[in-house]
Amino acid sequence: MMPRWLPRLWQTPTGRFGLIVVAVVAATALVSVFWTPFDPQFSDVRARWSPPGWPHLLGTDDTGRDILSVLMAGARTTVFVSVGAGVIATLVGIALSALGALTARWMRETVAVLVDILIAFPVLLIAMMISSVWGGSLWVVIWSVGIGFGVNIARVTRPELRRVQQSDFVLAARASGLTSGQSLVRHLLPNVAPVFIVQLSWSMAVAVLAEAGLSYLGFGASVVDPSWGLLLSDLQRYIGVHPLSVIWPGLAITITVLALNLLGDGLREATDPTLRHRAAETHTPAVVA
Amino acid sequence: MIRYVLVRGALLIAGLLVSSLLIFLTLRVFPGDVAQLIAGTQASPAEVQALRESLGLDRPLPAQYLEWIGGLLRGDLGTSLLSGASVGEELLLKAQVTVPLGIMSLVIAVLIAVPFGILAAVQRGRRGGAALSFGAQALAAVPVVWAGMMLIVVFSVWLGWLPPQGFPRTGWSTPGKAVESLLLPALTIGIVEGAMLMRFVRSATLQAATQDFVRTAAAKGLTRTRALVSHGIPAVGLSIITVLGLQVAGIIVGSVVIEQLFTLPGIGRMLVADVGTRDLVKVQSELLVLTGFVLIVGFLVDLLHRTIDPRQRES
Repeated sequence: MMPRWLPRLWQTPTGRFGLIVVAVVAATALVSVFWTPFDPQFSDVRARWSPPGWPHLLGTDDTGRDILSVLMAGARTTVFVSVGAGVIATLVGIALSALGALTARWMRETVAVLVDILIAFPVLLIAMMISSVWGGSLWVVIWSVGIGFGVNIARVTRPELRRVQQSDFVLAARASGLTSGQSLVRHLLPNVAPVFIVQLSWSMAVAVLAEAGLSYLGFGASVVDPSWGLLLSDLQRYIGVHPLSVIWPGLAITITVLALNLLGDGLREATDPTLRHRAAETHTPAVVA
Repeated sequence: MIRYVLVRGALLIAGLLVSSLLIFLTLRVFPGDVAQLIAGTQASPAEVQALRESLGLDRPLPAQYLEWIGGLLRGDLGTSLLSGASVGEELLLKAQVTVPLGIMSLVIAVLIAVPFGILAAVQRGRRGGAALSFGAQALAAVPVVWAGMMLIVVFSVWLGWLPPQGFPRTGWSTPGKAVESLLLPALTIGIVEGAMLMRFVRSATLQAATQDFVRTAAAKGLTRTRALVSHGIPAVGLSIITVLGLQVAGIIVGSVVIEQLFTLPGIGRMLVADVGTRDLVKVQSELLVLTGFVLIVGFLVDLLHRTIDPRQRES
C-alpha cells in the first residue's frame, strides 16, 4: 500500500527536486557498476589534466583518470555510506526513543538525560575517536553518523512516541490484550514513522557531508575506494595550477546534500498536518510582514 | 534562579563525566591491549611489556581512569606517548590559532546571518526573499572544505589578495600577518555556519512578526517593517542566543577540517595528527577538552538565556 503522503510529497517543489536528484544519484551508482565512460581506476598518463571536452567530458586529474567516471563510481560510495548511516541511525534512534518513552520512570529519565548529553558530541569528534583506535574507513563514517544522528532522532521521536503511547486507541489496544511489544510494532512505530523518515533524510545528508570531510582528512574512504571526498582532496593539491577541476566533486556533493535536505523538508511538509495548515494560511492576506 | 543554576550545573557535571567515561572506554578499554596498539605489530613482547609498565597500563582500569581525571582537575592533561611533551602546554600554544579563528568565524557568521535572515523574512513571498532562502539552503549543503577551496581559488589564485595557506612563523608578534592568514579560513567557516544561522534568524523573525505586540504596533500606525524592526527584532536576538551553542560546536568541527586545508597550526590539526599517529593519551585529553568546551558553552548559553529573558526567569 502506498502511503498517502507520497503523492503530496511530489506536489511540493522541494520534495520533487529532492526525489528526482536522489533517484538520479542512485541510478548513477547502479549504472556505474556496469558501465562508466572510462575505467575510474585507469590512469592514462598521456591524457593528464585534459580540459573538459571530448572524450573526457569533465576533464582528467593529475594521473589522467577520467573525472566523470570517478564521480560516477563515487556515487556508489555515497549511496553505501548514506544508506548505511541511515540504517544505523534508525536502529539507534528506535532503541533510544523506545527506552526513553516506554520503560519504567527511572529508565526513561536516565535515557532522556543521556540523550541530552550525547547530543553535544559532534559527529566529527565521534569519528576521530573511533578512527584513532580502529583506523579510518567508510565504516567509521557510517558508525559515527549513525550514532550521532541516532541520538538526534531519539530526541525528536521520544516525546512523539510518548504522546502516541498515552493516546486512547493505544490504551484501548492494551486493554484488549496487546503486549507492549505488539503495540510498539502495530501502533506506535507507524504513528511516529513520518517524524522518523524526515530525520532519516537529514541524517543521510549529514552522512554525505561527513564522508567528504573525513575522506579529506584521511579517515574515510581508502585509496582504492572511488569517493567524492577523496577526489576532492586529490585535486586540492594542484589547486594553484588547475583550480577549476575541484568544482566537479564539490558540486556533486553539494547537489546531493541539498537534495536530501530538501527531501527532508518536503517530507515534513507532506506528513505534518499542522505544517500543511500553516502553508494554507499563507494564501490568505498576511496581517504583518 | 539559584535552583536553576544548580540543576543545570549538575547536568553539566553529569555531561562531563559521561563524556570522559565514553572517551576512556573507547580509547582505553575497547581496543584491548593499548600498549600493543601503540607499539605496533613489529614490537617484541619485551618492548610491549616495557611500554605497558612505563605508561601504567598494567594497573587496573578504574585506577587509570581516576588518575586521568585527577590530573585533569589539577590542570595536568598528561604527556604525549611519542614525544613526552606536555599536552596542556601544546594545547595552550595551538589555542592561540584556534581561538582567534573561532571568534572571527562566529563574528562573520552573525554578521552574515542577522541582516540577511531578517531581510529574507521581511521579503517573504517575494522573489528576493525566495532567492535569499534558497541561497541559504544551498550554502548550508556545501562541504566546508570545498567552500575553502573555492575561496582559495578566488582570493589567492585569481586575485592574489590573501595567502592560500599557512600561518606566519612569527605568530602574533606580527599581528597584521597573523590576521591576514586567518581571514580566508574564518570567512570559510563563517559563510557556511552563517548560512545555517540565517535560517534560524529567518524563522525567528517570521515568528516575531506574528506576535500580538508587533501587530499592535502596526495598528498604532507604524509601517509593518518599522513595527517589526523596533519591536520584533529584540525577540529575535533571544532565539539566536539559544542556537549559539550549536554554532560553537559547528565552528569546532569546521576548524578541524579548515585548519588542515589552510595548514594552520591549531588544535584541530593537532587532533588530526595525533589520531593519525594513534597517540591515544593526547587524543583522549584533546577530545575531552573539545567536548567539554561544547558542554560548557551550552551551559553558559542556557544561563544567559535565562538571565536575559524575563519570561524564563519567572517560570
